[in-house]
Amino acid sequence: MDTSEDILQQASPDLVRGSETRRAAKSARLSPSLVSWLQAGPMMLVFLAFFLIPLVFVVIVSFWDYNEYQLLPAFSGRGYTDTFEGCIAQLPDLCTIGKTYLKTLKLCFLVWAITLFIGFWVAYFLAFHVKSKTWQMGLSLLCTIPFWTSNVIRMIAWIPLLGRNGLVNSGLMKTGLVNQPVEWLLFSEFSVVLALVHLFTFFMVVPIFNSMIRIDKSLIEAAYDAGASGFQTLVNVIIPLAKPGIVIGSIFVITIVMGDFITIGVMGGQQIAAAGKIIETRVNALQFPAAAANAVILLVITFLIITMMSRIVDIKKEL
Amino acid sequence: MKEGRPRSFYLLAIFFAAYVLFLYGPMIAIYVLSFQGPQGGLTFPMNGVSTYWLTKLFQGTGIVDLGASFRRSLLLGVIVMAVTVVLSVAAGMAFRRKFKMQSILFYSAIASLIVPSIITSLGISLEFRIIDDLIKAHWNENFETSMGLLTSGLGAHLTWTLPFGLLIMFAIFNRFDPRLEEAARDLGATPWQTFRYVVLPIILPSVIGIGLFGFTLSWDELARSSQAIGAVNTLPLDLQGLTTTVTNPDIYALGTIISAVSFAVITLALGTIHMLNKRQAAKGSDAGKGLV
Repeated sequence: MDTSEDILQQASPDLVRGSETRRAAKSARLSPSLVSWLQAGPMMLVFLAFFLIPLVFVVIVSFWDYNEYQLLPAFSGRGYTDTFEGCIAQLPDLCTIGKTYLKTLKLCFLVWAITLFIGFWVAYFLAFHVKSKTWQMGLSLLCTIPFWTSNVIRMIAWIPLLGRNGLVNSGLMKTGLVNQPVEWLLFSEFSVVLALVHLFTFFMVVPIFNSMIRIDKSLIEAAYDAGASGFQTLVNVIIPLAKPGIVIGSIFVITIVMGDFITIGVMGGQQIAAAGKIIETRVNALQFPAAAANAVILLVITFLIITMMSRIVDIKKEL
Repeated sequence: MKEGRPRSFYLLAIFFAAYVLFLYGPMIAIYVLSFQGPQGGLTFPMNGVSTYWLTKLFQGTGIVDLGASFRRSLLLGVIVMAVTVVLSVAAGMAFRRKFKMQSILFYSAIASLIVPSIITSLGISLEFRIIDDLIKAHWNENFETSMGLLTSGLGAHLTWTLPFGLLIMFAIFNRFDPRLEEAARDLGATPWQTFRYVVLPIILPSVIGIGLFGFTLSWDELARSSQAIGAVNTLPLDLQGLTTTVTNPDIYALGTIISAVSFAVITLALGTIHMLNKRQAAKGSDAGKGLV
């Protein structure tokens, strides 16, 4: 808890100046609930106009009809039937949409598993092994700075390394491990997963670090004193207490990868199909109801995943 | 606890260092490659060192008007930053009391953060298309579009920056001592004076952090802009377009320029935060100085 000295430490030098003007204290006060509305209202309006209403439009338009040129505001299930075209006829083989979602889920799982592994140990190192606050802040900052720079640049940054004549290939050729350049390094599923891990491990590190930093160090000492091994302490004390962070990080990573179309587009050489990519393709073809139908499907699947995960932890309590 | 570092420390330190190398290595590679000689290609080795590609970029590559996109992105970034700071601080203050739409606003912000960007972007574009159609049908047949950088584009970026701003405000007020405000009130300060002279100076370093998030997130934003920005392009959109067509290092040069702006903003913000923290530590307390 704060000591009174800390409180004074925080206090501003302007504090005294503010107190000199007592006259204003008598001026009319706004009622507290009105003040809250004025403070929170503008942000609520932005979410209403640019998030909630647009979502409603996505659902409405997904049930509209369309031709080659325009939206036709009449009820139709065509957006959905076009999307699931051939799904029953082709059984037991998977139709296009089924295959696409299967591939997206596979990418999602790979990226989730890798970012969780890296994120957990990076956060663990920062939270438990870095003792000085200054170092902790410096190293956290080091992990955060790339997040403030452009994603596309961080994607194309892999080209000089992974390309046909890139550093990795020329290294492999020189050491004689391969005779001709390895093709699957770039514009492949491998490079998509690599880039997604590169871009989004940050979203795993931050919440896990936040959970870990709140763990009372004496609990860990108590575990050691009671004779637990390092591994037992990790599994029975640290992981359960870091669970909220793990779940929140997982939700971030999974929803980002499920909806991603840019990384998959750029790093997959525009050749890999994915859930987000379908929406983009439909929009480019001006088939808005079909795009909206796909958005609704993606939204439902993402929502199901989040509901499943938030069963494990109460998100609101953790923030 | 034992003295000295356990072996796991060294293992994890190596792991951490490898992660940092993984984060920065590729980026540094393209910064270096943007100084490629005029004959150089997209990969190492360097074919001489020059500022040829960077200069060429400023003269215009002829394909797209990068200067205009640069100015547009900058303008949008600054506006997004200002709006994000003001709305986040205001809403953050509101969340310190209970109010009616509290949980609606909270869940809207969280949902806005995790609903896939392409869906938000598509929704905004549909919303504006329908507005356009209504205007054309009822008021003005020659109406072009209400979509644009500072209408749908600004809104799309705000749905991405505001949740971050709000979450940072939660973190700030989690460790804010309300007794400071009580003290100010007891001394007769009005709510506004309390905010202006007590709360704001204390939270200012973190508020600058929100501004930093606001600008950089907007400056690099791509997924939400893709459908909602209207006819014009922002810099990241131009860059993404170039990835499919360009075969020489000017794409790296553009990447270097965009990153340079990001790094300038990051340095400026972190420098200011550091300065404010030092000032607060030096002047914030008059404890031990006796009665004045």
